Amino acid sequence: MTRRDTLVGQPVERLEDLRFLSGRGQYVDDRSVDGMLHATLVRSTVAHGILRSIDTTAACALPGVHAVYTAHDLGAKVPVIPMRMEANADLARFEQPVLAHGKVRYVGEPVALVVADTAAIAEDAAGLVGVDVASLPPVLDRASSERGEVLLFEAVGSNRGLSLQAIRGDAAAIDAAFQDAPYTRRRRFKVHRHTALPMETRGLLAEWDPVRQRLTVSGLVKVPFAIRSLLATLLDMPESAIDAVESDCGGGFGMRGEFYPEDFLVSFAARRLGQAVKWIEDRNEHLLAMTHAREVECDLEIACDLDGTIRGLRGRGAYDLGAYIRPNAVTAPRNFAQMAGGPYRIPALHMDVAMLVSNKTPAGSYRGPGRFETDYFRERLFDIAAGDLGIDRVAFRRHNLLRRHEVPGRLPVVMPYGTGGETDSGDYHETFERCLAEIGWHDKVALAGRQVDGVFHGLAVGSYIEGGASGPREHARLVFEADGRVTVHVGSSAVGQGLETIFAQIAADALGLPMDRIAGVFHGSSGIVKMGYGSLGSRSTVMGGSAILDAAKNLDHALRAAAAARFGCAPGEVSIEDGLRSAAARGRSLPLAGPAGIAADGIEAEGVFENNRRTYSYGTHAAHLTVDPATGQVRLLEYVSVEDVGRIINPMTLHGQVLGAIVQGLGGTLLEHLVYDGQGQLLTGSLASYLVPAADDFPNIRSIVLENHPSPVSPLGAKGAGEGGVISVGGVVANAIASALSSFGVQPDELPLTPPRIWELIQRSSGQVDLP
Amino acid sequence: MKLPAFDYAAPATMAEAIELLERHGGDARPLAGGQSLMPVLAFRLAQPSMLVDIGRIPGLDSIEIGEDGVRLGARVRWCDILEHPSLRSVHPLLVEAIGHVAHYPIRNRGTVGGSLAHADPAAEMPGIAFTCEATMVIAGRAGTRMVAARDFFTGPLETVIGPAELLVEVRLPPWPAARRWGFEEFARQRGAFALAAVAAFYDERDGVAIGVHLGVIGATGVVQRLPGAEAALEGRPVDAPGIAAAVAAARAEVDPPEDAEASSAYRRSLVGTMVERALAAATAR
Amino acid sequence: MSNPPPRTVRFTVNGKPAAVEVEPRLTLADCLRHALRLTGTHVGCEHGVCGACTVIVDGRAMRSCLMLAVQAEGCTVETIEGLGTGLDEGGAEALGPLQAAFRRHHALQCGFCTPGMLMTAHALLSREPDADADRVREALSGNLCRCTGYIGIVEAVLDARPAYQAGAPGGQPATGGIDRTG
Repeated sequence: MTRRDTLVGQPVERLEDLRFLSGRGQYVDDRSVDGMLHATLVRSTVAHGILRSIDTTAACALPGVHAVYTAHDLGAKVPVIPMRMEANADLARFEQPVLAHGKVRYVGEPVALVVADTAAIAEDAAGLVGVDVASLPPVLDRASSERGEVLLFEAVGSNRGLSLQAIRGDAAAIDAAFQDAPYTRRRRFKVHRHTALPMETRGLLAEWDPVRQRLTVSGLVKVPFAIRSLLATLLDMPESAIDAVESDCGGGFGMRGEFYPEDFLVSFAARRLGQAVKWIEDRNEHLLAMTHAREVECDLEIACDLDGTIRGLRGRGAYDLGAYIRPNAVTAPRNFAQMAGGPYRIPALHMDVAMLVSNKTPAGSYRGPGRFETDYFRERLFDIAAGDLGIDRVAFRRHNLLRRHEVPGRLPVVMPYGTGGETDSGDYHETFERCLAEIGWHDKVALAGRQVDGVFHGLAVGSYIEGGASGPREHARLVFEADGRVTVHVGSSAVGQGLETIFAQIAADALGLPMDRIAGVFHGSSGIVKMGYGSLGSRSTVMGGSAILDAAKNLDHALRAAAAARFGCAPGEVSIEDGLRSAAARGRSLPLAGPAGIAADGIEAEGVFENNRRTYSYGTHAAHLTVDPATGQVRLLEYVSVEDVGRIINPMTLHGQVLGAIVQGLGGTLLEHLVYDGQGQLLTGSLASYLVPAADDFPNIRSIVLENHPSPVSPLGAKGAGEGGVISVGGVVANAIASALSSFGVQPDELPLTPPRIWELIQRSSGQVDLP
Repeated sequence: MKLPAFDYAAPATMAEAIELLERHGGDARPLAGGQSLMPVLAFRLAQPSMLVDIGRIPGLDSIEIGEDGVRLGARVRWCDILEHPSLRSVHPLLVEAIGHVAHYPIRNRGTVGGSLAHADPAAEMPGIAFTCEATMVIAGRAGTRMVAARDFFTGPLETVIGPAELLVEVRLPPWPAARRWGFEEFARQRGAFALAAVAAFYDERDGVAIGVHLGVIGATGVVQRLPGAEAALEGRPVDAPGIAAAVAAARAEVDPPEDAEASSAYRRSLVGTMVERALAAATAR
Repeated sequence: MSNPPPRTVRFTVNGKPAAVEVEPRLTLADCLRHALRLTGTHVGCEHGVCGACTVIVDGRAMRSCLMLAVQAEGCTVETIEGLGTGLDEGGAEALGPLQAAFRRHHALQCGFCTPGMLMTAHALLSREPDADADRVREALSGNLCRCTGYIGIVEAVLDARPAYQAGAPGGQPATGGIDRTG
């Protein structure tokens, strides 16, 4: 192991690209098996109602239809989907049955499953299923959900799932911070409902082997092992009789791969029919059925001294989580509450966030869950406070940003879970000052609020911290194959982020090998390692990569032990030479590979990395944009991100993560919106109405990544970094728009900032500027 | 979704196509490029029993430029217009507007006739045909009939084309070389439906505007002209006061609907802004 | 209505003749993917917006979800599978200049939009090898990508221009054929 880090840190071209660039990727719909049937869902077209009956007669009679399943077909007790993370008895009362029975609670809720010879016939038949629903008034906003005059779950007696509290300082200290402060300001903000919209819709292929009584499910990603475990429980099968197969995946962003009703239904149908069943989600269906995200409203209050020193921050928010509590529904509200202070010095903090249900699609985690929202609220309020106090926005932040000696610091504790923790390493001022320099703040700030050629210029800056490396552990296995090459097996799951390349780099460096000695990287599917914890919360590189380091150390031991046995010496006497080609001891040398080699039958070693501390990468974003007051059009002239990720494994893929996340954030801030009408019908059910960023929308974005402060948490020093790019965008862009329109006194309190909304804000403003 | 079941025919002659349409009554739909019809089918918003593909009928894809104006066959694609060697000088407004149609791959297949027959009020071609007072040539069993654009569009997604008729050509009146024109479109993204677009042209004589045409696309439920704004500018110089008068008149005379995307007031204002910018562009040309 | 009988459609795919029995309602995208097993062409929306299914028909980039398979009769269709230069002597996929530029510029992550992106860009550069950044961005604006933010994609397309300026890089030579009329 003499070569150190010759690949880690390099912009190694991706291994995955060869198959993706030539059309040889294997996404779930690319796989077909003989005799495969096709499933489609019948979904509720009513937002809230009593499900009186379902008539499947005509659908069953259609030639080519094999089955139509309703909740009646699922046995005495219809399975419900339990929470995967932060399970809680109060929230469990809102868990979703895999098929609606008794009531329907959102448009898009699965009501029946049709299985037919082709997808087209299944859809023909779905159109013939008669669903009789007696409509109830829908609950569509915070006020009506909180009032509870109409309940989604009558037996629960309330539309409130749970309230989370994030607290720093005791109650008296928090009250005192606000009572004694010379300046306080409270404002209500809102982030709207939007979603990840991966380019590949969801899909599953379930194969049933009647002889071996085995189920194989392809198309699982993110947490395939957890899905397998739950499938086994719900289907009442041994876990060992289910193979979870990870397919290539057209984007995850936190939303794909949680347990959805279809995971159960398609598997159930395959077993019941004894045939392979494929289901591929339609895009309209995707917009109705994939989890939504980010809909939260908050009254946020800040207390400051007149010099801008923050004394406290407190807020009361409410998340609209849609009709049911999904497996990871708590993540966003938890982060929202805990991360409200970001990288700033907030001595007293109290956030209270309610989790409410409504007759809309259930919500879950989307890249930077809760963090995007809470950063938007905080950074907006900071700019307002700085303006009130007559303090420059940059000076205000510089004054309150935690100093290097204050890191690591304790995070607020989130109740009732008791989640606390502390940050790991970093110098928040470093990224802040660098970002200001990169965008040329000093020179450009004079433009802020000025009109040039008809449009107003605006600038803004904001900082964030990102949590990564979610525990509890990850497993890896390295196999020194008989041919002398090494295969890498990891429990992490690929969602398009380039894991194979990253892990090959880490493994090659750990073993002192060139890339071409890594014969393959296998991940995600069951059977590859004994247990896998998947890809979420920016964890894969740190957790999977650290597990590989452990496996590499163990492989070295295993090779020495095998050689020692052949040489008849102690393992400590063995030297492994020539880039893992030969072993030597006591003047003898033998090759490792080949029929006569020490590893003639292959030698493998496992590794594990356990970690309950998270990594905290951090950074600063700045934007320069213009606003056309006549149309409300925002043009982003420049967007700069500077972050520190501890250690860069592959700068190319890292920049890709950052740029992609920023553009997703820009979409969420300026374009994307899941709009419901008064009856709970989704009005944005196509890509013609749900607008996501296109190639010509945001051309000028730069990402600068530092590695000055490695994480002490992981042996790699790397920190999770897949989400940071999205976190600051809402706050920075909204503040830049406020900066541009300062002469109108425009304060954008609500996203998205579409041209019509910006125009309305200008119209309603108190500004004195002549409108064109 | 997958498309609903339908039968398909690709007749070789116009007569055959009309015969097929007639035989299926209102249940058959003509198919050209399919860039409007296919999404409708994919959402199962229509379930025709038969699609009559006019792609094999000769003679529907020509662009003819003559003294009586420009004749575009129904199957002329957007890319044919954009790449035509002389159309940009012969009818610059048409080419400029068509440059705003959807996206590159759509423009490679979408057709003039398909767009006019689909009659989406937010689409460029119906707006240009209407503003330019084009004539549609419609073929039926009894031969062809000519319909003026103002009579052709009967409502959003509605035209006078009968169930057994085919739109075969659109004729745009002659375009004087010195004509002044502008086309401004505002959409949330390039290729998205226009929140408002305005096509403007006039001839200039003795420093004043003659024959002012202002057409609105996308902002209201139908393609429409702006007679008030046209009148406000007619016979006046197109200078700042003239433009301001047209803008004020335009905002006063449109009545856009309120929808999930924008308020009526926003679209009303936007129409004025587009009129202002289109006229400003016209004066600069 | 009941399903009308299937019919045979004949066209050329990546230089090879194909004859497929299809229902009239089958889109060209589904025909390529499921009847011809050319699964490199992806379907992301089925309503003509996302661009993942873009293929080249008679030399022009088109949405294969907005085209019936029966409409491809007699057409020349190019898909992602025909864009490379085949396998190199080591059996590895040899990338064409546009594909290599995509890899160099990290113009893809999950890879789902990539075939449509490549086919659009290939059609564009084949016709307009001097396209500038604005033209490239405009032409690609109908192909959605959710991973990259497009920065690397645009850089890659611009970087691939010299190969097209020197004469359009083509696909594989025609050998054999595909018959799925069975």
